[in-house]
Amino acid sequence: MFKKFTREDIHSRSNVKSSIQRTLKTKLVNQYPKLEPVIDELIPKKGQVEVIKCEDKIQLYAINGEVLFFQQFDELIPSLKLVHKFPDAYPTVQVDRGAIKFVLSGANIMCPGLTSPGAQLPDAPGFEKDSVVIIKAENKENALAIGRLLMSTEDIKSINKGHGVELIHHLGDPLWNFSIE
Amino acid sequence: MSLNNTVYCGICSYPPEYCEFSGKLKRCKVWLQENHPDMFEQLYGGEEGAEEDSSVAAAAKKLGESSIGEERENKLEKDLLRMQTKQENREQRELAKKLSSKVVIKREARTKRKFIVAISGLEVFEIDMKKLAKTFASKFATGCSVSKNAEKNQEIVIQGDVLEDVEAYIHALLKEKGMEDVKVETIDTKKKKKPTTTPEAK
Repeated sequence: MFKKFTREDIHSRSNVKSSIQRTLKTKLVNQYPKLEPVIDELIPKKGQVEVIKCEDKIQLYAINGEVLFFQQFDELIPSLKLVHKFPDAYPTVQVDRGAIKFVLSGANIMCPGLTSPGAQLPDAPGFEKDSVVIIKAENKENALAIGRLLMSTEDIKSINKGHGVELIHHLGDPLWNFSIE
Repeated sequence: MSLNNTVYCGICSYPPEYCEFSGKLKRCKVWLQENHPDMFEQLYGGEEGAEEDSSVAAAAKKLGESSIGEERENKLEKDLLRMQTKQENREQRELAKKLSSKVVIKREARTKRKFIVAISGLEVFEIDMKKLAKTFASKFATGCSVSKNAEKNQEIVIQGDVLEDVEAYIHALLKEKGMEDVKVETIDTKKKKKPTTTPEAK
């Protein structure tokens, strides 16, 4: 999604009304219920949220000059900066050490990388297809990417072939390096 | 429940534990040692300081931690090393390119007493031209814009006779970026008339 993303892709930036800011917050909490205790710290009541509209109907939401989450359609997706701030709130999968290199260059994650001994998938029932997951790595504390499941975690375990996760955002991609001055 | 304050590497911008995958590991290590010695100890403590004999133990420990087996681990390490050298070479090339390029500041006459100053050759140094143009505009209180010159390169055009000031500013800017050796060439197409010198001739 952010393989190519430059300043030219930005169409407009504007401040978000406080009322819309409130709905945004509730939406975020609805999607990731565990965010509730810290939501006021993430988006202070008096803080100003900025919306940056980009190519392909992508919208980035920034607070204090830091992109914290974005959306393309209805779903809000946290950025890695936000994930690092509070990592426990999202569905998580783990890849093995061998996969890190490829993930950091933006490759989709293949099933074997999710099922090998160093990797971790949630126990049954796991996550549905199309849900957004954050991707951690073996022996590493922080997340390194965010992706969308191309098959449910149970399917990944049983089929164990082909693409498992479609990458949305990873460390070092243009969105990661993106800064608003 | 509170927020984590994640440290990001000043060199490659990743969290320090991912530095080994960035291809800039050497510089990352130096940065981390300077800025967060405790984290450095935690991440690289085993391998640094330890001499030959214990490096085997460190390697064994590393293998124990990783699950992908010795063969794949070795391969990964080799790949990473290759990536690192590649990255280093690229950086050297870029640096050489930067040092060999030059900045041209040109003063042109518009009408009798009006001048414009055009600056080109800045884009190599990762300077945001638009932003710099804006800075100039407010600094000199003149019109300033980014346009393309005859060679299809971007240049900054400033309305007004501000050659000396611009030169000083560019020098300062390059110094800030650690590029003091870069050549800055000034071209003055029309010598400025000095009214103070002519009366004495009589």
